[in-house]
Amino acid sequence: MMEWETVIGLEIHAQLATRSKIFSGSSTAYGAPPNTQANLVDLGYPGVLPVLNGAALRMAIKFGLATGANIARRSVFARKNYFYPDLPKGYQISQYERPVVEDGTLEIVLDDGSRKTIGITRAHLEEDAGKSLHDVVKGLSGIDLNRAGVPLLEIVSEPDMRSAKEAIAYMKKVHTLVRYLEICDGNMQEGSFRCDANVSVRPLGQQKLGTRAELKNLNSFRFVEKAINHEVERQIEILRSGGTVVQETRLYDPDRDETRSMRSKEEANDYRYFPDPDLLPVVIEEALIEAVRRTLPELPDDKARRYVGDYGLSEYDAGVLTASRELGDYYEAVVKALGGEAKLSANWVMGDLAGALNREGLEIGASKLDAQTLAGLLRRIQDSTISGKIAKEVFEAMWTEGKDADAIIESRGLRQITDSSAIERAIEAVMAANPAQLADYRAGKEKLFGFFVGQVMKATQGKANPAQLNELLRQKLKG
Amino acid sequence: MNLTRKDVESIAHLARLALTEQELGELAATLTRIITFVEQLNAADTSKVEPMAHPLSGQSQRLRADEVTERDEHERFQKNAPLVEAGLYLVPKVIE
Amino acid sequence: MHTLSVSELAAGLRSRRFSSEELTRALLARIARHNGALNAFLTVTEEQALAAARRADQTLKAGGGGPLTGIPLAHKDIFCTDGIRTTCGSRILDNFVAPYDATVAQRLKDAGVVLLGKTNMDEFAMGSSNETSFYGPVRNPWDVTRVPGGSSGGSAAAVAARLVPIATGTDTGGSIRQPAALTGITGLKPTYGRVSRYGMIAFASSLDQAGVLTPSAADAAVVLAAMAGFDPRDSTSVDEPVPDYAALIEKPLKGLRIGLLREFFDGLDDTVAKLIHAAIDVLRAQGATTREVSLPHLPLSVPTYYVVAPAECSSNLSRFDGVRFGYRCEKPRDLLDLYKRSRGEGFGAEVKRRIMTGTYVLSAGYYDAYYLKAQKVRQLISDDFRHAFEEVDVLIGPTSPTPAFALGAKVDDPITMYLNDIYTIGANLAGLPAISVPCGFVGALPVGMQIIGPVFSEARLLNAAHRYQLETDWHKRIPRGYE
Repeated sequence: MMEWETVIGLEIHAQLATRSKIFSGSSTAYGAPPNTQANLVDLGYPGVLPVLNGAALRMAIKFGLATGANIARRSVFARKNYFYPDLPKGYQISQYERPVVEDGTLEIVLDDGSRKTIGITRAHLEEDAGKSLHDVVKGLSGIDLNRAGVPLLEIVSEPDMRSAKEAIAYMKKVHTLVRYLEICDGNMQEGSFRCDANVSVRPLGQQKLGTRAELKNLNSFRFVEKAINHEVERQIEILRSGGTVVQETRLYDPDRDETRSMRSKEEANDYRYFPDPDLLPVVIEEALIEAVRRTLPELPDDKARRYVGDYGLSEYDAGVLTASRELGDYYEAVVKALGGEAKLSANWVMGDLAGALNREGLEIGASKLDAQTLAGLLRRIQDSTISGKIAKEVFEAMWTEGKDADAIIESRGLRQITDSSAIERAIEAVMAANPAQLADYRAGKEKLFGFFVGQVMKATQGKANPAQLNELLRQKLKG
Repeated sequence: MNLTRKDVESIAHLARLALTEQELGELAATLTRIITFVEQLNAADTSKVEPMAHPLSGQSQRLRADEVTERDEHERFQKNAPLVEAGLYLVPKVIE
Repeated sequence: MHTLSVSELAAGLRSRRFSSEELTRALLARIARHNGALNAFLTVTEEQALAAARRADQTLKAGGGGPLTGIPLAHKDIFCTDGIRTTCGSRILDNFVAPYDATVAQRLKDAGVVLLGKTNMDEFAMGSSNETSFYGPVRNPWDVTRVPGGSSGGSAAAVAARLVPIATGTDTGGSIRQPAALTGITGLKPTYGRVSRYGMIAFASSLDQAGVLTPSAADAAVVLAAMAGFDPRDSTSVDEPVPDYAALIEKPLKGLRIGLLREFFDGLDDTVAKLIHAAIDVLRAQGATTREVSLPHLPLSVPTYYVVAPAECSSNLSRFDGVRFGYRCEKPRDLLDLYKRSRGEGFGAEVKRRIMTGTYVLSAGYYDAYYLKAQKVRQLISDDFRHAFEEVDVLIGPTSPTPAFALGAKVDDPITMYLNDIYTIGANLAGLPAISVPCGFVGALPVGMQIIGPVFSEARLLNAAHRYQLETDWHKRIPRGYE
């Protein structure tokens, strides 16, 4: 039976986090009533002209620098000509021959822990189109042009991915990066981060690429995986039965979990790109590139390497904690407040805190406990005021009541008992109450040690310092 | 270059122009003449010439500050629109 | 009053010999009397004009205002004018009321001019005879059986007939200079980027430039100073100081180096050539020197233009789709039908021809052979000019190969029509300023001389034209019936 290889390239559209549109002074805020954020330029009125938003250009350069790409010294805007109601001018201002960014790379981590480099062919600036709303009036579509002219960075990868999993890993990597760089909010529900996938299959070992289909509308990580897997099966099915795959655009329908051909987009395929004569070539000076370089944050991979090196975290933990810039910042703030305890901090941030956030569907930025407050709890573990087990109870109370650790410990009397005479008194009481077990223990049934620990803990409501208890109990039981 | 009626039809489709039978016939002849006329350009040796897209192509695109300068004026802008409902421009159903 | 120059009008207004309202009423009356024969105006904004005139009178009375305050003007109907119908000579914009002012309109408004109305033009400025207008041809006041030239034919006819002292125009391949020549007035096309294109409905964005039509160069100098200058809303507007053109026009011509373009005179009609040579003699008599100059690639300017301009226009005119503004066909069956019929019915024959040509030269498989090739030849033509201006200060030749031709004479033959622009297109391709100045008559029909300069040499062109006009009175001739 023939083995097949899947080849995937992704085109990611990241909406750049500018206040105003790429070629006009209209707001880019999401969710405004229809056409209230579409000015004459966005509407393509006769006579109006575009002027480039400098922030959009700087964001594109920032992405290029973060992926080790070449930044064009001279970049050109081109018109992509086609008719569509959500495209007011009958052309989209995009980039064709000289994009701002070329030849970058990103590294992904595969399931087996190995790393793989994915090539970024190019990333170019372009304007978004508007939205068509169907059946606003029966049989008619309504056009809202608020989104028309919102700046996009289209990030085109090489066909370097070999499975849906790799595609997801790459997409997540880009998603993390653009948010780190603060050039895109990454909000997929609002369409700020969208993905199209070029998918083909070929017999394993064959050099030549198979015919590809372009999958559109992959607007969640889950859809990308499902759509790609579905498309791969469809293509293999066709090839197995002796057919040929047609090069076409296919739309993913998440409700039916299937892709279907978009013939309407196919017929207008001659885009007649040419340099936009309303815009001059963008000359990108070294000084601008350097100025943007100075605004680069520590990148996720560098941060993760630092966590492994300086904090002794595992690669896995470092990866989790650098998944977003905010999470890493939070984690580091906890470590800083504690003056160390990097592993303890990591366990709590990835454990109880992540669990609580997850439960309530919150992002780290919306956490009910700030880093200082969480550190306050961990400090009480560190100084043995409470045990790790009690700390979990304190954490839950802090989360629901919004109080700090010390207040909870005090009000609930959870302070650990470290006074050895108090512990001794509790031990003696337990021994007196359980003469049979004591005799058995002393006769050599040492397994009963656990029983006595449990009884003392019960008597002290779990507050006895475990280390002290162990030591004192051992002495007392010996007799 | 001889443009056929079929060529003209496909260009007219790309350009979204409805043409009458008469226009189609005339345009096949006229476009052929125009294209033949511009083929004089082949006489020029341009092997060492960079294309000139613009008289100002030696200058650089100016950058705008990222500021919101516009307010909502959709009611005024939509006075020119053939068909509007609830702030939306209406068109025959868009099929994807 | 209608025969006075801009500076004479300004002096009259300032000394209160007449008010702007009187002047405006007088010109509105002339428009009412003559427009039926000429078809130069598409819209007359009588009420707004009188209101603006009264405001100007108030300003002048208070001792304020500038050199254009209270002076009437007409805009080519390609400039968007807030609250005023703006058709671009097309059915597709028949019902279009612009919701904003073009920068040119705004600047002139700020300078205090009184807008009398909007002038007829070839549809979307595509034409050299004003016969492609949806609203019918403009007629030449020197001979109403002849064309006034195009595409700014309405502006040219209105100024030539002294219905208005100033009219704006746009020039993509000669659309200011050629009609100025054919109607015996002065027409200036500035350097590309000198005047903002914002609000000027685009035909071919890398060639279009706004300018002015007036009887004399001295008038043009005053108007250009008010129109020109950097506009942050136009990325192709150049941030270059605007000289005081009116103050610079008197400069003596001694030492001016004139280049006579060999390619312009080769095969030129004898009667026209004689007039141009006589005009050059007038300049020489003032101390200018001449030498012959060759621009070897200039003969390719027409084919270059007829690739570049249609390519850009095919894209620029895609926004006219019957969705957000403009003409929409009746009862569209579906979206495709809406597009095709709205555009098919909304655009006239010449516009469709150019959209089709442009779509073709940009389409897959033809881009390199036509569009890219034309861009390369454009570079060669531009280089030719640059080399020439290393040796001379200005280039002089005819504006148009012939005087005004008969209405209908060339409408059926686009190539013959396109060749009318053979002398004017070069300046557009290279982005250079050029002026057409009346320099005599062939029979009863005026002829224009063209002066082309290097970028941002408007002051020098106006200077040469003005010194010429001090010695001649061709620009003061008024067609019979309009005196």
